[in-house]
This record gives sequence, C-alpha cells and structure tokens, in this order.
Amino acid sequence: MALLALAVLVVLAVAAPFVQRAAPRRAGAILAAPILLLAAGFLAELPAVAGGTFASSSWPWIPDLGIAFALRVDGLALLFAILVCTVGPFSILHAGESLAGHPRLGRFQSTLLCFMAAMLGLVVADDLILLFAFWELTSFTSFLLIGFDRERADARRAALQALLVTGGGGLALLAGLLLLAIAAGTGSGPVFSVQGLLESEALREPAAWPLVGPAIVLVLAGCFAKSAMVPLHFWLPNAMEAPTPVSALLHSSTMVKAGVYLAARLSPALGGIALWDNLLLGFGAVTMLGAAFAASRHSQLKKILAYTTVSSLGLLMLLLGLGAAKAAAAYLLAHALFKGCLFYCAGILTEETHVKYAEKLSGLARLMPMTAVAAILGALSMAGAFPLFGFSGKELALKAELAAGSFGLPLVIATVVTAIFTVLAAVLAGIKPFVGAPPRLDEPSAESHADDRAAGPRDPAWPRLLGPLVLAGAGLVAGLAPGLFAKPMVMSTAASIAGSAVPESPLSALGLLWPPTLATALSIAALVLGIVLFALRGAWRRATDPIAAASAFGPDRRWNAALDGLMATGRLVATLLRGPTLTGAVRGALIAIVAIIGLAAWRAGPRPDLKEAAEGTTLLDGAVVAVLVISAIAAPMVGSRMGTIAVLGGAGAALAAVFLLYGAPDLSMTTIAVETLVVVIASLVAAQLPRIKTISGAAARIRDLGIAASFGLLVGWLALSVAGRSELKPVSDEHVLRSVPEAYGRNVVNVILVDFRALDTLGEIFVLGAAAVGVTAMLGTARRRGATP
Amino acid sequence: MTAMLPILVPLLAAALALALPGDRAPRLVLLATALFLPLVALLVMVRVHESGAIVVHVGGWAAPFGIAIVADRFASIMVMLAAIVGAATVLFSSGEAPDPRTDRARSTLILALLAAAAGAFLAGDLFNLYVWFELLLVSSFGLAVLEGRGNQLAGGIVYVVLSLLSSTLFLVGAGLCYGAVGTLNLADLGVRLAELGNPRLATVLASPLLIAFAIKAAVVPFVAWLPAAYPPLSSAIGALFAGLLTKVGVYAIIRTSTIAFVQEPEVIGFAILTAAGATMALGVLAAVSQAEIRRILSFHIASQIGYMLMGTGLALVIVATTPSESVRAELATIALGGAILYILHHIIVKTNLFLVAGLIERRRGTTELKALGGLAQSDPAIAAIFLISALSLAGLPVFSGFWAKLVLVRAGLDAGAWIVTGIALATGLLTLLSMMKIWVEAFWREPVAAAPPPREPGPGWRPMLAASGALAAIALAIGLGARPAWWLARGAAEDMLARDAAAARVLEGGPETPTGERREPRAPDPEEPRR
Repeated sequence: MALLALAVLVVLAVAAPFVQRAAPRRAGAILAAPILLLAAGFLAELPAVAGGTFASSSWPWIPDLGIAFALRVDGLALLFAILVCTVGPFSILHAGESLAGHPRLGRFQSTLLCFMAAMLGLVVADDLILLFAFWELTSFTSFLLIGFDRERADARRAALQALLVTGGGGLALLAGLLLLAIAAGTGSGPVFSVQGLLESEALREPAAWPLVGPAIVLVLAGCFAKSAMVPLHFWLPNAMEAPTPVSALLHSSTMVKAGVYLAARLSPALGGIALWDNLLLGFGAVTMLGAAFAASRHSQLKKILAYTTVSSLGLLMLLLGLGAAKAAAAYLLAHALFKGCLFYCAGILTEETHVKYAEKLSGLARLMPMTAVAAILGALSMAGAFPLFGFSGKELALKAELAAGSFGLPLVIATVVTAIFTVLAAVLAGIKPFVGAPPRLDEPSAESHADDRAAGPRDPAWPRLLGPLVLAGAGLVAGLAPGLFAKPMVMSTAASIAGSAVPESPLSALGLLWPPTLATALSIAALVLGIVLFALRGAWRRATDPIAAASAFGPDRRWNAALDGLMATGRLVATLLRGPTLTGAVRGALIAIVAIIGLAAWRAGPRPDLKEAAEGTTLLDGAVVAVLVISAIAAPMVGSRMGTIAVLGGAGAALAAVFLLYGAPDLSMTTIAVETLVVVIASLVAAQLPRIKTISGAAARIRDLGIAASFGLLVGWLALSVAGRSELKPVSDEHVLRSVPEAYGRNVVNVILVDFRALDTLGEIFVLGAAAVGVTAMLGTARRRGATP
Repeated sequence: MTAMLPILVPLLAAALALALPGDRAPRLVLLATALFLPLVALLVMVRVHESGAIVVHVGGWAAPFGIAIVADRFASIMVMLAAIVGAATVLFSSGEAPDPRTDRARSTLILALLAAAAGAFLAGDLFNLYVWFELLLVSSFGLAVLEGRGNQLAGGIVYVVLSLLSSTLFLVGAGLCYGAVGTLNLADLGVRLAELGNPRLATVLASPLLIAFAIKAAVVPFVAWLPAAYPPLSSAIGALFAGLLTKVGVYAIIRTSTIAFVQEPEVIGFAILTAAGATMALGVLAAVSQAEIRRILSFHIASQIGYMLMGTGLALVIVATTPSESVRAELATIALGGAILYILHHIIVKTNLFLVAGLIERRRGTTELKALGGLAQSDPAIAAIFLISALSLAGLPVFSGFWAKLVLVRAGLDAGAWIVTGIALATGLLTLLSMMKIWVEAFWREPVAAAPPPREPGPGWRPMLAASGALAAIALAIGLGARPAWWLARGAAEDMLARDAAAARVLEGGPETPTGERREPRAPDPEEPRR
C-alpha cells in the first residue's frame, strides 16, 4: 500500500502540469480524486494496524552500506499517511480554485504532489537514510512552495530562510542518525533499519553513551528546526508567505510535524533517557508558552494560526518528553484536523474579502454560512471546547501532566496559560470574523476584480469548501464517537510511540468530561478566562507592549544581520585566499612551504654529515661553489635587469662546471647551451623593458630575503642530509649495466632518454610542442589586440 | 598496451590537429577524438574490472628500471571521468563559433591536455608523473591565454607562477627521493622507504611532493591561483579545467600517500585532514560571498577538494590507529571510497555547472547575479539542468553529492573525527546556500529593468545543451543508482589500500624480476644503429 501510494503520488506529480494544461478547470479534481482513494485505502488498513499487524517491505538499495529501501506502516505511520492523503487533496482542490488561471499552477500542483510523496515516504520509511532523504525532500519542496510567489522579495527571503533553518537542522539530524546507527551496531557496521534501531539494546548501554549523548542533541536539533521550536521557530511565521494550500498542508498539519514524528518514532529507543526527556520537556514548554503569547498579540489571520501552530508543536514535544504517548497521539490528530480546517477558512476569508486582519472582519456568517460553520467548529476544537476532539486532546494532555508528579505542576500552569491564549487566538481567528455587525467592505483592494466586488464575499464552490467542512466534521465526530476512526488511530499511534500497547481509557469528549476531574476544571477555567481575555484583548495588547518590544530583537531580526555578517566574512576570506597581489600570493605560499617542510625536517632531525660531504673536495670545487653562491647573492642586489641576467648566467656557467667536474660532460654542454640561450634571449627582452623601480621598502626586502634564503637553505640542508643515506643502489646503476647488452647503446644518457625512459621524452617533446603552440597563439592574439587597441 | 591508449590516442590526435591542412580540420579532429575517448576509457575500465589491474612496462623494461604505466580500478575510473569531461566540453565548444586564427592551437592544446591528464592518472613513476604535470601546465596555460579575454593574462600569470613553484617542489622532491633511495617508481619507492627504516625521514621526503600536489589541487593555503585563473575563462575551457586540473593534484596526493609514502600514515593523514578542514571551510565561506556565478563556482572547487582530502586523510588515520584489523580494513575502505565517490560525482557536476554558466552567458551575455533574473521562466531547460547540478553539489538526497557526503560523514563519525566532520556538514549547508542564492537571484527573481532581453541562442545551441544535459543525466544516474557508483568507488579504494598487492603487481609482474637477473639478450638486429 505504502509503495503503491508513493508511486501514485510520483506519477501524479509528473502528470500534473499536463493535466493542468489539458483540463484547466477540472485538473484539481482529477488530481485529488486518486489521492482520496489512497486515503480510503490507508483507512481500510486501520483495523489491521490497530490489531498489531504491520505491513512492511524492503528492497536492497546500497547493500554494501547496509542501506535499504524499506517501508513499514505501523500506527504512527498510518496516522500521518492518512493525514497526508486527506489534507493533501484538499490543498490541491483549494489551489485549483484559488490559483485558477495562474501560469504556474501546473508546476505548483506538481511540487505539492512531490511534497506529499516525500512526506508520505518520510513516515513510512523503515531505514534511517531513506527517512533522511525524504526529510530533506520535504524541506526542499517546502522551499519551492514558500517561494512560489517568486516575484516578491519577501517570499524569496522566507523561502531561503526556511530552507536554511530546516536544512541546517537536517545536517545535524544526519550526523545524529549516523551516530545512533553506529552506536546500535556496536562495531559491526551501522544499523540503518529503524526497527533494528528501536530493538537495539546497545543504545542504553553505558558504553554507547559517548555516541548516544551527542546523537540525542543532534537528532533533536534537527527535529526542533523542522518543527519550529524556539529559538528556531522564526521561519515558520515567515513561511506564511506561501499560498493557503501550502500553509494548510505543509505548515500546519504535516511537514512541521515531521520533527514531532521523528521524536515520536525514536521514543521507544530513547524515551526515558534523561537528556532526551529533558530537552523535549524544556524546549517544548518554552515554545508552547512563548508562541501562544505571541499569537495572543497578533491580529493577522495567518500569523495567528502560525504562532498557535508553533505553540501546539511545543505541546506535542512536551508530551513526548513526558512519555505521554496517548495524549500526544490524540492531540496530534486533533491539531491536524482543526488547524488544517482553520487555515483553509482563513485562506477563503482573505481570498473573498481581500482582508488579512481578523480585527477588520465581522458578521460574515450570513454571507458565507458554510465557511462559518467549518471555521467555528475548527475554532471551538482549537479552543478545546466540549464536545469537539480538541477538548479530548487537551484533557488528555492535562491529565498526563497532572500525573507527572511534582515537576508536573509548572507544566500544568504553563499549559493552562497557553490554553487561555489559544482560546483568545481561536475566537479571534475562527469566530469573530463571522459574528457581530455585518461587514463594511466598501474599500476593496485594487487587485479584486470588478465582478468580485459586485458579488461581495460569499461561500466558495465545493472544491475549496470540502476540505474545511470535512476536517471540521471529523473533529466533531472524533469527539463524539471516537470509536469510528479516532480511537483506533490514537491507540495504535500511541502504541508506536510507547513501543508497546497502551492501556485503554476514555477518549470521547463525554467520557473525559464525566466524571469530572481536576483536568476538567482546569480546562473549563481556561476556556472562560480565554473568552474574558478575548473581550479585553485591546487592553491586553497595550499592557504587553513593553514585553513584546523587549523581545522584538528576535532571531528573525538577527537573521539579516547574520547573513550580512556571513557575506562580509566570506569576502574577507576570499581576499585572503586570493592573496592581495601576485607577489603576496607567492610569498604566502612560500612561507607555508618552508613552514611545512621545515616542521617535517625538524621532526626527523636529519643531520647532514658535513665531514663526509666535504671529503675529497678540491680547491676547484670550492671555487665553483663560491661562484655559485656569490652569483646567487648578487642577482637580486644588482640594480638593473641586464646585470641580474648576466649574474644568473654566471651561476649557470658554474653549474655547468659542476656537471663537468663530476663526470657529466654532455649534461654540462647542454647546460651551457641552454644558459647561453637564456642569457641572450632574456637580454633581448630586457632591453625592451623599462628600468626596474624600487617599489618595496627596506623591511619588505629583508623579509623577502629571509623567505628566499630560508627556502634555499632548507632545500640545501635536505639535499645534504638525505642523499646517499641508504645502502640501496639507485636504479641508474642498473641502467649502466644494461645499456650495452640489452639496449645496444654506449651513451647511457642517450639510452635512458630514448629507451629506458622513452615515454618521459615523448611527453617532454609534447611539452615543448604545446609551449610553442601556446606562445605562437599568444603572440598572435597580442598582435591582434595591438592592431585594435 | 590497452592502458596506454588513453594517452597515445589524444597525443596522436594532437599531432594531427597541428599538422592537417584546412581550417576546419583541427576542430573535426578534436571533436572526433574527444567523442571517441570515452570508448577507449570504457575499454580500459572493462578490462581492468574483468581481469585486474593492467601494468605496462613501457619499452619492455621491468619496473623499477623502466617506466611503469599502471591502470588499476582507481586510475581507470579517473581516465573515464577525464574522457567524459573532455567529450562534454568539446561537444559544448563545438557550438561556439569557429575562429580560424586560434582553432588550430586550441584544438592541439585541448588534446594535449587530455593526454596529459590521462598520463597523470596512469603514471606509476614519479618522474613520469612530473612530465604529465608539465604537459598539463603548459597546455592549460596556453589555453588560458589563448582567447585573450579581459584579465585572462593576469589570472593566467598567477596560475603559472604558482604552478612553476609546484613544479620546482615536485622536482626537488623527486630528486630528494631519488637521492635517498635511488628509485622513482612509486611502488618501489614505498618498498625502499620501508627498507630505509626511518619513517620520519620518509615523511620529510614526502612533504615537498605532497605540497606540490596540494598547489595543483588548490588546497588552502595554496588556493590563490584558482579564483584568479578560472573565472575569466571561456565556458568550455573553464569547465574543462574545473573538471580536471585540481583533481589531478588530488589524485596524486591519494596515489602517493597510499603507495609510496606509507611510513607515517597518521602524520600525513592528520596533515591532510587539517588541510581538508581549512579548505572546506574557507573555500565555501569565500564562495558564499561572491556575486558572479563562475567566481562562486571557482571557490566551491577548492571547498570540495576539501571533501576529497577528508576521505583520504581519514583513511590514512584509520589505517594507522584502528586496532582491530577487520574494522580497520572496512572503515578505511569506506573513507577512501567516500573520497573517490566524491571525486567521481564532483568532476561530472562541477564541469556541468561551468557549462551551465556558459549557457546562461550565451543567453544573457553575463553571469553577474545582479544583472540576471527570470531564467526559470525564460529557460526552463537551463533551470532544470542547473537545479540537478546545484542540488547534487550541495549534497541534497538523493542527488549524487549526497551519497559521497553520507559516506564521508559516516566514516568521520565512526573514526571520531568530530571537527572535520562538523566542518563537512556545515560546508554542505553553506554550499546549499550559495547554490540557492544563484537560483533565487538568477532564476526566480524578475530580471532587472535595465537588463537586456534574452538573446537568441543562435546556431550551435543544440550541442551545447546536449553536452550539459548529458552530464546532468549522468549526475542524476549516479544519485539514483548509487549502488554501481559506490561499487566502483569502493573497488577503487580496495585497490589503493591493498598496498602490498599493488606494489607486487608493479614490481613482480614485469618482463623480469627486479632482482637484477638478466633476461636473454635480444637477437642482434643488424638494422639497429649502434650508438
């Protein structure tokens, strides 16, 4: 089933642009229908999965590395698969209407389908590497979708920001997953199978802690970046630049929950380890509270929903940290239902009224009754009102926290405060626009069409209405009669999170309301206080202005500064690497060379055997060496080019003399010929050049002298200490022996050149040829350029 | 003899291109040869994979007295990559307008360059390697100054000066090695340095050579020539250089440090790892800050050389420090295999990104980001090719770079090399940033108001697009079908790490054993002149 679903989604993604072109009006329905069938298929698997039988399949991918294309559908995977395959098609239907006529709609639908495939793959993957691959694909498709309105700079910025934050988290995650795999493998190769990892006993061994500790931090960093935990949350509100279908699907119900998914997935293996639990609890609680506070101060529809999403993700992480598998599963489902619904409703509101701010909207219930029904049901569920499923979720969360003992109390307080803010946000975003005085929309924005204005806001056609109505209805049904689908989903998901089946307990709203407990009382109190706060929201915002101002210097503001800083650093590094000038570059290279070789030589400490080296030296040798040394020193001292060339010619002659003295007359003759030519040609060139000007100061000259001298001395020292150290006979001895009998040549040098090492000679011939070709061509181009200055 | 073909065929063609009459002949010879070379390389690769490494004792002289040409699995992969790069860039440049004044020189030099690259990959002898390095340098410098665009000469001079420094060090190193142990054959060098019984001295002998290669490979702090020399080049030549030149340096580092300088792997490995970390980090930082596509790409080359060195250094350190033999062999193979897989993917992808820059330039007349925009709309084909290559470079799954990065990171974590692994991961993120910067600025953003309208691609557009598209397809295949690519890389790494076997192959498989026994004198040939 999972593979079939993946295949269908990929095929649809490929087909989407063509379908869009062939049937522009019905494309949305054509693309959405097969996915809804997939959702039905997954739902049909629910009883089996709830009964504990999981479909799994595996194909080898890179067996050498232990990587397999392995899929497995357990309760947790199935919950997400159903969410993807129901919310997904609603998004496609919505986009088909709201972006109708957009030239890039086909590509948009295609990307959306790619995302769905990636998200589905992520949750059904049973191999860490496969999971990671899908994880990164969801980040990248999210980047493309956020940047859909690519002409707007804000959209481009938000897209890049989301990609970098989630991508950076992804890298941490990769390292963390690899560490876990290595730790679970205990020396016999990493375990990439997710099931293998979860069943591994090795992770809890003290010996594995040096790997598991960092792994936990890295994996959670990845999860937190993806699921927008404070302080990595800032990309998510910005991601609301994306069109509504994207916000509803990616940035509320599925992709941002990938971090929660992975934390839940790894819970059986890592839950109970103090570091894991505490990180989840700490970051979860801070995020939950902080984001809810931010949501309570916003009035832009999508931002309110974005911040409450961040807050809910925090609650989910917190619940995972508590080990409250059932509460986490229930809230996960409840949130996906009501938040998806509310995002669609917010999108419809903005599309119909061209108003983005909740405060400016009221009394729309009469004009768009169906939207109102969906939105109000969604908002009630979000507020945690009886009898919707949101109530059950919150109730279970509070119960779990109350059961957590002494440190549960601060969590309970934080959750209740969060609930109050959430009620405010839910009423503002989902209820207020529909009640009260009828709207006065006499100033429609310029982009609305003439006929739109005539008609005014009204309920959209079914493709846009279906999603919110179904999701809202599902939230109601789940609360009233969880046995229909919610209970098996929640119980099997909780079993996946806990690693074993969890005990049965009431899940329906009624079952949780009666008999009443402390949690029920807290829940009702939060609802009442939230409504009070809604009434006083003006005063609340004014009162909290100072706090908001104090925290305004948030990560988002710093983002630009950080990018600018990165660019500035980069430019500095670039200058450094390029070297300020040619001489600077060469000087830097020489210093590094001397330092590295010098270090190696100092370690080895070779001592040249000067006595042996000096043995048998004649006066003539001394004289030749003296000429060499003096010309080397004199060359840079002479003030003119001609002089330098002449002095270097002297050095060349001395070198030829050395060869002559040590029995290589042919080499000596070659050297003399070459040196003579060089002197003649260089003089001819030098005569054409301007005089040398002294550019560098004395200090620079001394520095350069030092570099040059140390390089020369180092090489000389090495040559003296290394040569003839071993008893090994050089291969040239063999050349001498073989020259006559085997190569039929009496001049060994010639034989080496044309026989023993003929390939070198061939290569050198081509070196010369290439040089000649290059120089000829260069002169040609120079002449041409000279002709047309 | 098969192993010599990748050298001899382009050399012969170079001579033909220079000598054949007619203005169009050089271009035709170049195109025909370049498109034929992948077949030659395939032949070598198949032979090597079927029946093991091929050792050619050139002229019938046994190693170490003559020159050995060694085609093992690593060398055969590199020869194949060089041939692919050659074919793609030459096909691409066949779409450029002919210039009868420079075509002959250009064709000759490109062929010489291809021969030199193949020679460097196949050389089993230090001095022979030097010769191919020289040919590589001379032909590439000739190509760099040939087209005479803007500040090409200035950039070329930085390149040539640092390369000459590299050559000097190479010669010094080769001389010192010969002075110390009297041999130039790489395998024999390894054997004799072991007999020397002074590991630290062996490292001293290695240092000038490894630095010489590091300059070629544009390793920090010897990277200055690369950003100076590459950006001004024409598209095809830039792509050719980007694909081949630095990789020859990396290859030489891997080759020599696994077969010749094996006395202190932990020291050399640590040095390589340090350089790798610095190169990755600094290269990518510099790349992110640039505002012109070729400049961004040039700095990225350096950065990615770091990844290749990382695998090499890890393998050496693992070989030296892992106690358990079975774990050591497996882990070192993975690390070095990661480096080789990285090279494999990088050569294809980086060449193609330079070609994409050429395509963009053809359409818009510039590669400055601030003057571009709207390419996703106007040129979806370029956009698709760029996206595939860019995501491969950034290592996004399941593109080609991901697997190489995955293997390297896994080896790094397993070996406990936290710092360099962390740098490798962060470098991946910054690479993604700079690639997406190009994407956002050049492809997404609307073109600036003052930008000239897209030009007609004109004649020759098809071969250009075909060359680039073919490389993108290869990159995609490496990514999706990671199994064969990893099989190749791993096999190559196994060859490299089985040093004793590798040395024996070169030293013992020849026409005679190197113990000094004479073979029977050839029948005297009356025609042969006496010297």
